[in-house]
Amino acid sequence: MSIVVKNGRVIDPASGTDRVADLLIVDGLIAGVAPHLSSPRAEIFDATGLVVAPGFLDMHVHLRQPGFEHAETIESGSRAAAAGGFTSICCMPNTKPVNDSATVTSYIVEHGRRHAVVNVHPIGAITKGSAGTELAAIGAMKAAGAVAISDDGLPVMNARVMRRAMEFARSYGLPVIEHCEDLNLSAGGDMHEGVRSVRWGLRGIPSAAEDVMVARDLLLAELTGAQYHVAHISTRRAVAMVAAARQRGLPVTAEATPHHFSLADDDMEPYDSNYKMKPPLRSSGDREAVIEGIVSGAITAIATDHAPHPGSEKMQEFERCPFGIIGLETAIALSLEALVHPGRISLARMVELFTTGPESVVHLGRGTLEPGATADVAIFSTDLEWTYDVNQSFSRSRNSPFHNRTFRGGPVATIVNGEFVWKR
Amino acid sequence: MPAGLLGIEELDRAAIDALLARAKDFQPLQSQSLKKLDTLRGKMIVNLFFEASTRTRTSFEIAAKRLGADAISITAAGSSVSKGESLVDTLNTLAAMRPDAIVMRHAASGAPHFLARHLPTPIINAGDGTHEHPTQALLDARTILDRLGRLEGLRVAIIGDIAHSRVARSNVYLLSRFGAEIVLCGPASLLPPELAQLAPGVRLTGDIRDAIRDANVIMMLRVQLERQHEASFPASEYFTFYGLRLEHLDLARPDAIVMHPGPINRGRELSSEVADFQRSVILNQVENGVAVRMAVLEKVIG
Repeated sequence: MSIVVKNGRVIDPASGTDRVADLLIVDGLIAGVAPHLSSPRAEIFDATGLVVAPGFLDMHVHLRQPGFEHAETIESGSRAAAAGGFTSICCMPNTKPVNDSATVTSYIVEHGRRHAVVNVHPIGAITKGSAGTELAAIGAMKAAGAVAISDDGLPVMNARVMRRAMEFARSYGLPVIEHCEDLNLSAGGDMHEGVRSVRWGLRGIPSAAEDVMVARDLLLAELTGAQYHVAHISTRRAVAMVAAARQRGLPVTAEATPHHFSLADDDMEPYDSNYKMKPPLRSSGDREAVIEGIVSGAITAIATDHAPHPGSEKMQEFERCPFGIIGLETAIALSLEALVHPGRISLARMVELFTTGPESVVHLGRGTLEPGATADVAIFSTDLEWTYDVNQSFSRSRNSPFHNRTFRGGPVATIVNGEFVWKR
Repeated sequence: MPAGLLGIEELDRAAIDALLARAKDFQPLQSQSLKKLDTLRGKMIVNLFFEASTRTRTSFEIAAKRLGADAISITAAGSSVSKGESLVDTLNTLAAMRPDAIVMRHAASGAPHFLARHLPTPIINAGDGTHEHPTQALLDARTILDRLGRLEGLRVAIIGDIAHSRVARSNVYLLSRFGAEIVLCGPASLLPPELAQLAPGVRLTGDIRDAIRDANVIMMLRVQLERQHEASFPASEYFTFYGLRLEHLDLARPDAIVMHPGPINRGRELSSEVADFQRSVILNQVENGVAVRMAVLEKVIG
């Protein structure tokens, strides 16, 4: 079983490759990148004019299984990932039950192996039930396949508990991923605190809710030596604090979501829950700071925070709707639109943010096209014109603010473990 | 989106002028012995109140009946809402009975705007959360015009829990359209600085004397304890620093009027003497509510 991807622009930041060449895949592994490759009975994929990159990693998704299968399943989420150019996804532990034990971790790993079309890697909870008080079985979850720990959505408010978690995580070699939100400062808030929230009479979530938590965690990371990662960074000050910590040599990283570098609160449709997520869409100044953080290298990964919610939950009064939007299928297009097409970053840098960037945090052993590597490949276009129709999404949910948006560039085909799992 | 009335923010000056002028036409009717017209005969209006309200609901109901329309009032308690039906399902059910308009009050900001995107029936916002209360601002403007003859160039002080006030927002949008100078006053925790950017001509102050000085209109707001999700201000101190007392009125213009959207809390946001003060127009506001709502219903349905 072999595939030759012909004549694409092969960009592999891990090996420093950026040239037009053929990519040969044999028996699920990368066999080589060179001009004029061929193999008997190989499937030929003409990638002329397309970019051929290592399969993208999304280190922050919600697959809702077990417990909320009406919103998403491991299988449906994986299909949406494949249609977005992602070949490996890391799923947050806020399922039902919470992934705070080896049992749940193993269930997700096994179910993923059997039903998912991409590689699924669970992230374990920091505390039992993500309740913020008692540490979860971190070592056992790691042994069962967890690649990081996080209480995403329910951040650990108790600094002492967080300190202990960081100490444990460090001893197990696991990164600690924090959804940075001081829950007392943000309580009751539905959108970014600013002119818009005041105008619309909606309670605000101040930027300080994120900044306070990032500041605390950076101090604790320094105290404990933990590998610390800020999820979906959204404020100017948080970006500055992460940049400063990295400059001082701390093992600190951060991710940004496509919606936080594509949209600001000014772009929201009034009371449209497809614009409601945490952290909220911030000011245009914050959005610019996130882009600057990506440009400068303070932000090291793009992650979608794909958060499916069924229509019945999103079709409510704004303040009653749950937080979160889906994002797997639009991530490449939005990154091209907001970052690459305007010349803010190079295409190679964008590929880094989707491959070596997250790989350096979660260590999946993927994200390269070097010979011998597992053949996970993202093939995408930088100029294909297409319109996102959320009703055609592979996700079980439809909560996207990007429905009907026309893009220039997007995913074209995805290969996982040497097999096509999606083609446009 | 069907033509309803969701807020003042989306109305231009001409549209506001037209409604205020039409309300004036309806004023004499209120004191006649025969008060009923047949302008909206055969039309059906549903008043849907998810939040307790006496004056607004009654006022809309009377306005509908004086125009000859049939009006039904539904309150959340005892309706299908209390059986767990979602808002959009409740409204779809009502819309299927083909009313000509739905008048709606809801505790969630934007609830009528959300529904207007999904329903064919015109929706009139009778107060949404901490966002807008358009007919209140219209009846306030009508009352100011009756007493002072103009809105242009007036200095209006709005005092109280501005952050949580839909009355304040709608009044800011309306008065600003006419070039009024608006001073918003309250404790800092109830006066977010972003309010200054709501509309042109808005200034903020934490000092009630500063707010009242040279004011033509003093609007007091109810301290809405039920909208405060935390203690933003020590309640025991409120009246001391932000309650309106007779001696404050010496700072205002000699013909200044005192307004309040009601229900008033004597001794909390204004003293009993101020409530009964001769230049208090609180009951005129209530009376104008019917005329203004008649104008709105006629415009939306007629």
